[in-house]
Amino acid sequence: MAAPPFRPMLVFLIRRSLQSIAVLFAMSLIVFAGVYLIGDPVLVMISPEATQTDIAATRAALGLDQPLWVQYGRFITGALTGDLGRSYAYSVPAIKLILERMPATMELAVVAMAIAIALGIPLGLWAGLKPDSIAGKTIMSGSILGFSLPTFWVGLMLIMLFSVSLDWLPASGRGATVDVFGIKLSILTLDGWKHLLLPAFNLALFKLSLIIRLVRAGTREALLTDYVRFARAKGLSNARVVGVHVLKNILIPVVTVIGLEFGSVIAFSIVTESIFAWPGMGKLIIDSIGVLDRPVIVAYLLVIVTVFIVVNLVVDIAYSWLDPRVRLADSGSDA
Amino acid sequence: MKPTEPATLRVDALLDEQLGARVLIAPIDGSPSLRFLADFAESRIAVCGAVMLAFFALAAIFAPWIVPQNPYDLAHLDILDARLPPGSRSGSDGGLDAGGSTMRYLLGTDGQGRDMLSAIVYGLRISVAIGVISTSCAAIIGVSLGLVAGYAGGKVDALVMRTADIQLSFPAILIALILLAFLRPGLSNIVIALVAVQWAYYARTVRGTALVERRKEYIEAARGLGLSTTRIVFRHLLPNCLPPLIVVATLQIASAIALEATLSFLGLGVPITEPSLGLLIANGFQVLFSGKYWISVYPGVALVLLIVALNLVADRLRDMLDPKLRSR
Repeated sequence: MAAPPFRPMLVFLIRRSLQSIAVLFAMSLIVFAGVYLIGDPVLVMISPEATQTDIAATRAALGLDQPLWVQYGRFITGALTGDLGRSYAYSVPAIKLILERMPATMELAVVAMAIAIALGIPLGLWAGLKPDSIAGKTIMSGSILGFSLPTFWVGLMLIMLFSVSLDWLPASGRGATVDVFGIKLSILTLDGWKHLLLPAFNLALFKLSLIIRLVRAGTREALLTDYVRFARAKGLSNARVVGVHVLKNILIPVVTVIGLEFGSVIAFSIVTESIFAWPGMGKLIIDSIGVLDRPVIVAYLLVIVTVFIVVNLVVDIAYSWLDPRVRLADSGSDA
Repeated sequence: MKPTEPATLRVDALLDEQLGARVLIAPIDGSPSLRFLADFAESRIAVCGAVMLAFFALAAIFAPWIVPQNPYDLAHLDILDARLPPGSRSGSDGGLDAGGSTMRYLLGTDGQGRDMLSAIVYGLRISVAIGVISTSCAAIIGVSLGLVAGYAGGKVDALVMRTADIQLSFPAILIALILLAFLRPGLSNIVIALVAVQWAYYARTVRGTALVERRKEYIEAARGLGLSTTRIVFRHLLPNCLPPLIVVATLQIASAIALEATLSFLGLGVPITEPSLGLLIANGFQVLFSGKYWISVYPGVALVLLIVALNLVADRLRDMLDPKLRSR
């Protein structure tokens, strides 16, 4: 049935946006209440010799003497105008601090995802086409290891091998960066790439294993389908059967997973950034938790939840666009 | 297939082949638990995993009796022995073993002159304890909620499952991190965080099975007999939902231990007075760059072997208990 194509999409978008706002609001409440419960930041920040009056003055200056709901009210009105409070530790707006660090994290996550895709699809195809070969079995065992080894331990091993023993690649920092429209990027310099390679591979390993498994399972399934048999019967070359008919059909789940996992790559970069001293959001949040920098913790969590919501929304839309069999919820069953 | 075999055997073997199952070598008779063990033992690598696991479990339980040195008795430590490489003897005769004689450090010492082997066995104990306790608590909570949701359906089901779905859409590490940022690090808090992260997996697994099981005749029969809902759910429904749960629990212990190690490595997990394997690894991280690898690497090897052993056993259990999930 040829219903106007934009209407269900529009309804879907509006509904999802409203849902997202509700989730974000609930998160802000939970996060704010939770963060409020932890320790007393004034005692961490102020020098031990400070008098009682000094402490009270600092508390008043930070607005911490107000009741919780007043603080939340201030926070939410601020948040709506893009102001998530000032960092106690750095005395700059928390959101500015996070947005400054965001490009580094995004760069790391994108490169990690690219590595996972670039290696995962060919390896998965190989393992799917020749499941009983030695290479196929090695790839599968490797992916099981990649799944079960803790990321931080793999990171340590990478540092030990490539930085300490072989001395090929640096173990910490971002290296030389180039400004592109005011955003610092490492991928444009050789030194930057050297710094990027180890952490990106560390972060990629888990997703690489996941993509290998997905592609392998998809390939094995596709090889048994009628359209592949038919393509073979027609006498198409093996390269064409695999490259066009098999690959095309396994790409849909792979694209979905890549999209959904992007958020989790950003979350896991907390670990990788801490090990490789990569100056991104993840390292910032660990440092902020250490010094009870409440505004930064709250701002980070809200930013990351927003990223998750946006990523999920984009994946849903991309999915329905890629696979005509999928219809967005509530858009009718006539397809 | 040899033509001399009886026809029935051939049909069985053919069926097994069709279903992708391996032909049983074990005798068909014998008690169910024996048959289970024989079936398990068919995979040699899984047996390796089980043996390793038993070894780790025994080491964790009997830690105080088997370690060469009590790593947290300051009277037995000598700061002059700090960061000795593996195999060296206590240089100043200050480092003592449990019997009071001079120590020989098989795996080297850490920054306080502590025997690494002893520290690792104690760390293993803490890691395993946290993994087992948090997984058990999460299993009890998650299974109860999942069973109730699956059996009751309706609004209860929607509420529990929607919560689980929202939670599962965020990575475990992020949720644990948020909770630990609120609760502050500490032994009981990390258990709370791990339980909060894990319950949803059990709830979802058991609900899926319960939805299928509750339509079966034995449940109807139990209802017909007028048994109470509690009795039906826990005495009749639960035992039939167990197989997939056992698989999930084994995998979850592994991921709980890995997550705890990660959080402790980041300084958000266990306190320094009770170092798990993750914290031991973190302690050695700073000196890794100067080539003193053993403080970080050996606890790491123990952690990885433990996690791999759990995964091997879980994989085999999944193949045996849950044909639907069988890896193709």
